[in-house]
Amino acid sequence: MKAIVSVFAKDSKGITAYVTSLLAQQEINILDISQTLMQEYFAMIMLVDLADCTLPFNELAELLKAKGAERSLDIHIQRQDIFEAMHRI
Amino acid sequence: MSYLINSSEILQTIEMIDQQHLDVRTVTMGISLLDCADRDITVCCDRIYEKICRKAEKLVSTGEQIEREFGIPIVNKRVSVTPISLVAASCEAEDYTPLAKTLDRAAKTLGINFIGGFSALAHKGFTESDKRLICSIPRALTETDLVCSSVNVASTRAGINMDAVALMGRIIRQTADIDPMGCAKLVVFSNAVEDNPFMAGAFHGVGEPECVINVGVSGPGVVAHALKSCKGQPFDVVAETIKRTAFKITRMGQLVAQEASRRLDVPFGVVDLSLAPTPARGDSVAEILEIMGLETCGIHGTTAALALLNDAVKKGGVMASSHVGGLSGAFIPVSEDAGMIAAAEEGVLCLDKLEAMTCVCSVGLDMIAVPGDTGAETISAIIADEAAIGMVNNKTTAVRLIPAKGKQVGERIDFGGLLGSAPIMPLHEGSAAEFIARGGRIPAPLQSLKN
Repeated sequence: MKAIVSVFAKDSKGITAYVTSLLAQQEINILDISQTLMQEYFAMIMLVDLADCTLPFNELAELLKAKGAERSLDIHIQRQDIFEAMHRI
Repeated sequence: MSYLINSSEILQTIEMIDQQHLDVRTVTMGISLLDCADRDITVCCDRIYEKICRKAEKLVSTGEQIEREFGIPIVNKRVSVTPISLVAASCEAEDYTPLAKTLDRAAKTLGINFIGGFSALAHKGFTESDKRLICSIPRALTETDLVCSSVNVASTRAGINMDAVALMGRIIRQTADIDPMGCAKLVVFSNAVEDNPFMAGAFHGVGEPECVINVGVSGPGVVAHALKSCKGQPFDVVAETIKRTAFKITRMGQLVAQEASRRLDVPFGVVDLSLAPTPARGDSVAEILEIMGLETCGIHGTTAALALLNDAVKKGGVMASSHVGGLSGAFIPVSEDAGMIAAAEEGVLCLDKLEAMTCVCSVGLDMIAVPGDTGAETISAIIADEAAIGMVNNKTTAVRLIPAKGKQVGERIDFGGLLGSAPIMPLHEGSAAEFIARGGRIPAPLQSLKN
């Protein structure tokens, strides 16, 4: 299953490293990555593959949320289908 | 095709959900109860309870799972059933309240938000069962929490059953005397639809399959946000913007509907393309009309603005879904829309204007609080006016009035949650008692010579 991980936070050092290592620990492969700064806010969007991740989706979402909160990061994970359905014909 | 990240699309979707209140308003499972009939009402109740609990066992958990995976809130999970007046027709019982209590119990077991279908279709005349059901409504709705009721009193093909209109005035009056909240769960329809997923008017029509999944989308906040970017532009641009937005909202609804259908192994019925407001700020249909350039919802120009909105929502949505149905359009429930509440409190939005708006919106006079001492004949007369609009214009109209016990114009009544709160609106003086007392049927209108 492919999913989109989105990370929002006030910009600081090491956000990308922190999030990507979290994903690596769960055997999640990053397929594409994009990041932008909107004023002083950092927004990172990743397309990931969950094929090797053993954690059920719900638990993964909660884990990312909790681990994100520890560093004041807002981390969401959503199945990629919703973006494709909404924006592509 | 492999998907590549398009940040602006992804951010737009996330913003719609997080800040503009985009949600799937309801996933409603329609269940046929025609095979639950029995002469003994206790047996009938047992069969109904067993069937609903069996068919919808996984509805809530599946809905929650989809919510989490897609990151889109599904606000309500509901069940609609075959009109109970049909299921109970062979029961040897005068009072149908036990059936309502059974529906309530099943709804609570399942953990759903509402169950609809304590209904009767009496647009041409009453069966004995229709009468028994209607007379049970005051008790049924005030002694249950989650049961919704609807009665169809008119259709374009049959005309208006004025006996039913008169009876419903009295029933609403009786229900309000026990508990006005009961009236928030009761809709009187003209041209009721069989696949509506929205409450309080949802029921599972006889032309529907055994079991079906219907999804109602929402998103007034998303439309309002999109329209803010076309200030001063001509209406062509406004209509186009609404269509594009409605398309995106509906695609999301279609995806959720397909997923729910697949996971529950129940056929997909329709997506209902409705703009359903909530009392939350920024989730208002009135606000959309005001963004179009009206100082306050309810002034001259409101009907035209709503007509454009209603039509553009449908045009944008139809291509996004394989099957569109239900009530599709813009809802104008006064108590559930912060902008409407404000306009009504200022005295700008009045009942007459709302009636005009119902000619072009998706349903009708919805969630309107009237003085507690409003007579049954006056309620019936309001129903008759609204039914006539639906009958002549070939559209669904409905009346959901709440006579607010002990309250007068200028006060307000709170319903809580998604039902919001409503100012008590003034009605015209004068009696329609003689008009309502006539009874009989208003004949079906001519479908040609359209002027």
